[in-house]
Amino acid sequence: MNAPEKKIGAPMNRVDGRQKVTGAAKYAAEYDLPNMAYAVLVGSTIAKGRLSSIDTKAAERAPGVLAVITHLNAPKAPGAKPAGKDPSQPQTVGSALQVFLDDNIRFNDQPIAVVVADTLERARFAARLVKAQYAPEKHQTNLEANKANAFLPTQAKKNPKSGAADYQRGQVDAYKTGALKLEAEYVIPTEVHHPMELQAITAHWEAPDRLTLYDKTQGTMATRRDFARQWGLPEANVKVIATYVGGAFGNALHSWPHESAAIIAAKVVNRPVKLMLTREQMFTMVGYRPYTWQKIGMSATADGKITAITHESIGQTSTYEEFVEATLGQTKMMYESPNLTTRYRLAALDVGSPIWMRGPGEATGAFALESAMDEMAFLLNLDPLEFRLRNYTNQDPEKNRPWSSKFLKECYQAGAERVGWNKRQLKPGALRDGEWLIGYGMGVGTFGAHRGSSKASAQLLPNGTVLLQSAVTDIGPGTGTAMTQIAADTLGLAPGRIRFEWGNSDFAQAPTQGGSAIVNTVGPAVQEACLALKDKLRELAAGGNSAFASAKKEDVVLADTHLTLTGNPTARAPYTDLVKQAGGTAVTVESKPSGEGQKVSMYSFSVHFAEVRVHELTGEVRVSKLISCADAGTIINEKTAGNQMKGGAVGGIGMALMEHAIIDDRFGRYVTKDLADYHVPVHADSPAVEVFFVNKPDPYVNQLGTKGIGEIATIGVAPAIANAVFNATGKRVRELPITPDKLV
Amino acid sequence: MNQFQYVRATKPQAAIEAVAKDPNARFIAGGTNLVDLMKRGVMTPQKLVDINRLDLRKIERQNNALRIGALALNSTVADDRQVRERHPLLALALNAGASPQLRNMATVGGNMLQRTRCPYFYDTALPCNKRQPGSGCGALEGINRMHAIFGFSDKCIAVHPSDMSVALVALDATVQVSGPKGNRSIPFADFHRLPGDTPEKDTNLEPGELITAVDIPDGPFTKHVHYQKVRERASYAFALLSVAAALDIDNGTIKAARLAMGGVAHKPWRLTAAEQALIGKPATEAIFRQAATVAMQGAKAFKHNEYKLRLGPNIIVQALKTAAAA
Repeated sequence: MNAPEKKIGAPMNRVDGRQKVTGAAKYAAEYDLPNMAYAVLVGSTIAKGRLSSIDTKAAERAPGVLAVITHLNAPKAPGAKPAGKDPSQPQTVGSALQVFLDDNIRFNDQPIAVVVADTLERARFAARLVKAQYAPEKHQTNLEANKANAFLPTQAKKNPKSGAADYQRGQVDAYKTGALKLEAEYVIPTEVHHPMELQAITAHWEAPDRLTLYDKTQGTMATRRDFARQWGLPEANVKVIATYVGGAFGNALHSWPHESAAIIAAKVVNRPVKLMLTREQMFTMVGYRPYTWQKIGMSATADGKITAITHESIGQTSTYEEFVEATLGQTKMMYESPNLTTRYRLAALDVGSPIWMRGPGEATGAFALESAMDEMAFLLNLDPLEFRLRNYTNQDPEKNRPWSSKFLKECYQAGAERVGWNKRQLKPGALRDGEWLIGYGMGVGTFGAHRGSSKASAQLLPNGTVLLQSAVTDIGPGTGTAMTQIAADTLGLAPGRIRFEWGNSDFAQAPTQGGSAIVNTVGPAVQEACLALKDKLRELAAGGNSAFASAKKEDVVLADTHLTLTGNPTARAPYTDLVKQAGGTAVTVESKPSGEGQKVSMYSFSVHFAEVRVHELTGEVRVSKLISCADAGTIINEKTAGNQMKGGAVGGIGMALMEHAIIDDRFGRYVTKDLADYHVPVHADSPAVEVFFVNKPDPYVNQLGTKGIGEIATIGVAPAIANAVFNATGKRVRELPITPDKLV
Repeated sequence: MNQFQYVRATKPQAAIEAVAKDPNARFIAGGTNLVDLMKRGVMTPQKLVDINRLDLRKIERQNNALRIGALALNSTVADDRQVRERHPLLALALNAGASPQLRNMATVGGNMLQRTRCPYFYDTALPCNKRQPGSGCGALEGINRMHAIFGFSDKCIAVHPSDMSVALVALDATVQVSGPKGNRSIPFADFHRLPGDTPEKDTNLEPGELITAVDIPDGPFTKHVHYQKVRERASYAFALLSVAAALDIDNGTIKAARLAMGGVAHKPWRLTAAEQALIGKPATEAIFRQAATVAMQGAKAFKHNEYKLRLGPNIIVQALKTAAAA
């Protein structure tokens, strides 16, 4: 028998592509359970204060209404705690705002009631009849006005080694005494994830102590843990199903108020309850990339060596959770700078909590750092690529240890060639095509190549199919497809004989999908489960055929109908016999990182090159070329990985040119409320993004050689575009997005 | 959404009667704006009179004008051969608006009657004199980067969002309406209103009046036309500013000119003084710049829309340059 073609690396189509494009894939709001009821949230219309009264009578009398639940009548979940109960110990992200516990209003549109009815339309109608009176208090929703109140996050106070703590190497703020220096402030406004699929949950109490959730989440196990804890249930009594997730970008990394509300509603009406947010509600209560102010000071020698960097940031968080992200991480390790200072601070505002949004803090930080690199290169009259090469790090300057692997120079070269970097002029405004000014810019990204622990299970079915299961979700990157390819190669089977099932908390334990870590983490578990299955099958076969007993694992072959051995076709163990044996074929393994990774620094790297055209009269910006190059270790699937890179790059276009959620601070309320006000790129805004992968295995992260793609696809894109706009126009925009009004 | 009654009209007279006698009744055609507003509780009609079955979809020439039925779809009009040949400016403006999906639903009459996109109008928790007279103007001292620079009042600084209407006002169109008191014609420039003290009224239509058609007189603007729209992304966004420009150029001299702006006022804003500044002059960038300066006279900005004073003249020049070169 010929070994099947190797699947790892191949541009295989998605295993769930057909289900997705035909509508067969079921998302959280598409489960129809018998006797279903529908819930609609009523949100507060003030940002801070107390609910002085709430009149639900008209809503209760409306046709079809089953319940109107507020803090006055909601059942209290045994584990529920009011948000920010102890202000001296603010909670870190990980515990949701639990609704209907008290009359406190902490942000505008905070759920104050949930209306449950027999149809969605009736619930929506009745929700409008709920009338609330408030005792408002003065609110704060503007970060710029609250910078003076910024504070060091609690986790940094408790642990000076925390990534959020102040970092120092060399002398403090040494840039100030540099001969050639630059000092600049940068702002990224609030951006909202807005995946196509709205946040939705269907909550079903199957028994008074057994809860099933069909939920939009990036982590079935994390959601199970949160709500088991909230309701005082053993985790085994809560089941979370998230087979399909229609994009998330981080917005389903946390448990949110609407999930608590749906579970309470299902408890009260004793029916399954479906609750889907509106697009408007997606702005207010399910996280966002926080508004962040940054300042960079940098000094360099005349020959282009950075001598010092100081990078400070203040990010917005809520009053009831401290949301911390690694905004300053890239600055600490990307460039050789003997003196380096970072200071990360938070400002608590009367808003809902932020949550990681693709590329998260690193993308925010990279906008400032990579813009500053461009500004310094300009001061030095140096090509920005050359400037980066002069400050390239061959080992990690933060931790003083080698990189596990770093092929960023290969990325630089590939990207520069593809974008036509040699056409770039040092002097801004030097290139044009009629009324369009042309410019080139670059931006670098990096993100930790994280790997955690994970389990995976495998079993043989009588028809020769191998069934693999993992609790992991697939929010769009093609996790199910990548795992199928890994299993196919490990077992020597065609992908069609692998069935990988995911997105169910009852399956083998796996981490939340996020932080570019899933292939790094679950991939090895799948591989090891496949190997363990092979060995188990060999053992089972040995009972009936002694040839298997002495056979080596690698000689075991899964033929169409039976197990056999390489070079010994007489050894046959039919699958139908194997699966009948006591105990079955199922194996579950746990895969953990080895200690080797402690000796090295593990990161994925990317660089993005942009060519932009800026209209000299209208200030419109068009990205005419975008090249994204990644050193992300081994690429499991060239097609889905390329797709991730392209999606991340388009997200970066949004960040650079249009995304901006705006609050009217007088009311503490968003005035951008839908996708007509809050712009994300349309097709016409994006060129055909070109992707280049170095595709060299990392020797440390795991045995597959992967490093992760999701975040580096976005990190560095926005500064590449901003730098290109500067090169085209000579205008440096330090506050995103770069809308036409800032260029005319 | 509130409960409402739905009736389908098959004759214009029946539709007009149904709406004229009930102040809480509204016509509905494509519904691309009204249904959104109802979902958000901004508009709460108790009765919808569906006019889609009325025979008002034709596009035909009569009396030296092109008559476009009020129910003709935006996409149909944009693709219509006579429109493209005789009034290409209209086709350009239509295709600059919304998305193909919306243009396939939206009608000409509905496009004219779309409500402002001012965020304060859309949020029932915030003040808005247009939505709730007397509640105040949220935008005046609020987030006003999309707002008016011409013709506003202290009651309302909203802008009209239609692209199509900017072309129609430039082309001297006439609106045909039928009402309880019979038929009448309204010059396009008088169809929409300035806010004054009654910003709740977008147009000069009387209760129960139904738009039946728009007439565009024959004219010389078949070649040198352009619709310049600046928005925050390449497609599918409302204008920061837009300009409809039409020129009749003979041997390098401008014989006739039409100029109108969108995104600047409570109504599509015709720039007649700037037109006068063009007529008889050579079609050069310097002349276009002079006309742009004239056009912007009297413009006044608020806290966040000061850029419109800089962008406005630029895009007038750009529109005229492109039109002249067309």
